Amino acid sequence: MRGWFLPMAVVLGFVFLYAPIVSLVVFSFNESRLVTVWGGFSTRWYGELLRDRQILGSAWISLQVAFASATIATVIGTLGAFVLVRMGRFAGRLLLTGMITAPLVMPEVITGLSLLLLFISMELTLGWPAGRGLTTIIIAHTTFCAAFVAVIAQSRLRSMDESLEEAARDLGAGPVRVFFDITLPVITPALVSGWLLAFTLSLDDLVIASFVSGPGASTLPMVIFSKVRLGVSPDVNALATIIIGFVLVAVAIAGWLMRKQMSKGL
Amino acid sequence: MAKAAVAAETRPWRDPRAQPFISVQGITKRFGDFTAVSSVDLEIFRGELFCLLGESGCGKSTLLRMLAGFEQPTEGRILIDDADMSAVPPDRRPTNMMFQSYALFPHMSVEKNVAYGLLREGMKKAQAYARAGEMLKMVKLEKLASRKPDQLSGGQRQRVALARALVKQPKLLLLDEPLGALDKKLREETQFELIRIQESLGITFIVVTHDQDEAMTLATRIGVMKDGGISQIGEPQEIYERPNSRFVADFIGSVNLFEGKVDAAAPDFIRIQTPELGAVLVPVQQGLARGQQVWAAVRPERFALSRQKPQGAQNAWQGVVEEMGYIGHMTQYRIRLENGRLIRASQSNRLRDEDPISWDDHVWISVSPQAIRVLDE
Repeated sequence: MRGWFLPMAVVLGFVFLYAPIVSLVVFSFNESRLVTVWGGFSTRWYGELLRDRQILGSAWISLQVAFASATIATVIGTLGAFVLVRMGRFAGRLLLTGMITAPLVMPEVITGLSLLLLFISMELTLGWPAGRGLTTIIIAHTTFCAAFVAVIAQSRLRSMDESLEEAARDLGAGPVRVFFDITLPVITPALVSGWLLAFTLSLDDLVIASFVSGPGASTLPMVIFSKVRLGVSPDVNALATIIIGFVLVAVAIAGWLMRKQMSKGL
Repeated sequence: MAKAAVAAETRPWRDPRAQPFISVQGITKRFGDFTAVSSVDLEIFRGELFCLLGESGCGKSTLLRMLAGFEQPTEGRILIDDADMSAVPPDRRPTNMMFQSYALFPHMSVEKNVAYGLLREGMKKAQAYARAGEMLKMVKLEKLASRKPDQLSGGQRQRVALARALVKQPKLLLLDEPLGALDKKLREETQFELIRIQESLGITFIVVTHDQDEAMTLATRIGVMKDGGISQIGEPQEIYERPNSRFVADFIGSVNLFEGKVDAAAPDFIRIQTPELGAVLVPVQQGLARGQQVWAAVRPERFALSRQKPQGAQNAWQGVVEEMGYIGHMTQYRIRLENGRLIRASQSNRLRDEDPISWDDHVWISVSPQAIRVLDE
């Protein structure tokens, strides 16, 4: 029983998870315009993709959003993690712990809707952000990306030996010096993997971006989704293949960094 | 006269006029409701290797951390070389600390770790690395200067931590369980290495440890801690031979304790009446009142065992050997007296004994009055 059951379960599991993705990648090299009919190998759709101004423009917007929100989220998430791990007990600590991780479990529709309402009322009362577009998407993505970074940074800070910082103080470094000489270098790998995770999450998001974007600021997932509603075209397959490549590389780097830290046991 | 002068020079604590180098005055530390250290007074002299000895949770590490400046005392103050340390942050204190976890910076090479303190002092790079190199030579690690800490063995890491803590030549070096993470053999070698380094540099050391052998080997004086307070301070021999309480007697080495009441004073001896041993003769000791409750403390090695009744012994009882453990250089015995009391005794095996005392032998167990310590708490 054990001899064939386990390997088969593993194979079935992988097929279930990855067969759709593999078929997508394969059909991105399909010569035929019909998505489900194989017409021979070609990179035609990749070329067509490069000539598609709409897709290139939205890809650029997505990259800008992902870069900006991952960076801001890393700063905010790290600060949050510091407060939670290092400040000891303070009034509202439990609330902050809950709030900082809430975006992880909040349905995206609700996050998106609430942010939309926030932006509208801010525009009415403060006059900023004027209209919806790149800025509002960046803000929205920062909120949920910061939660992921905070979780990663928190676990790293918790496992960090605090006597490292004390030793640096003891050897004559002031608190600011200790942060830049010791704390930051030690947690940097965790922050890099947090940034990469935030970057891919932002690149991937459709729902929240749809709520808070405005005219002229469609992200890549939004454009793909609108194209697919009119029927699946082969160039979308090509685009998806490229995105999968990107995400795979980012996740692999993040995972490698995490493992390297684990194996050091520091 | 000359002998007394030497003693005062190397053992300043025996000289009532000597000025302490470190003075801990009425230090108390509370964490919320928990009192970690309670009104400790301590005077440590220049060049001492002082051990704070106690079980985990007795407050010894907290006291060390207050000396380093990582914890602020709730009450009291600490003077180092006559300077009040209350408002001085750890980075400005003339102390350095060797951490139990060693706390080597994982992203820096061995050499960088050691030079770090000098660079923070504002020393030129070339000079700092030259000094770091000298320190590494002293701990015999000059060949590993460019390694990262995770490429070193436990013993090597320990020596890097020591070099890093010593490189700034602090007035006071604080060591938190410095040998705790080493295996037994290495620990014994390192003990003497530590003493050698301390003597050659003349830096005052305060060592925190829970290992009594380590404290006895290393220390000029030991402070035995219990429940946040200091039970006794003294030279190792003093602590062992003249403990001031049952706790200290039991914590350092092992001991047989017999409860009793002071009965009568003879010219040379005091008689203590104990329920378990009957009358026990002890030397005349100040401050014992008739009827006072006391404990007679006898170390296992102070008992003499014999098959015949010893001639002229003042304290002798009969019993049966219930357990014995032959260790080689000595043998440990558990002897059951007629009234059921179990006594721990040990004999050093100085001669090759053809017919040693063994299981179920009926023996006489005796102890000279001078070898008994009377404790009143």
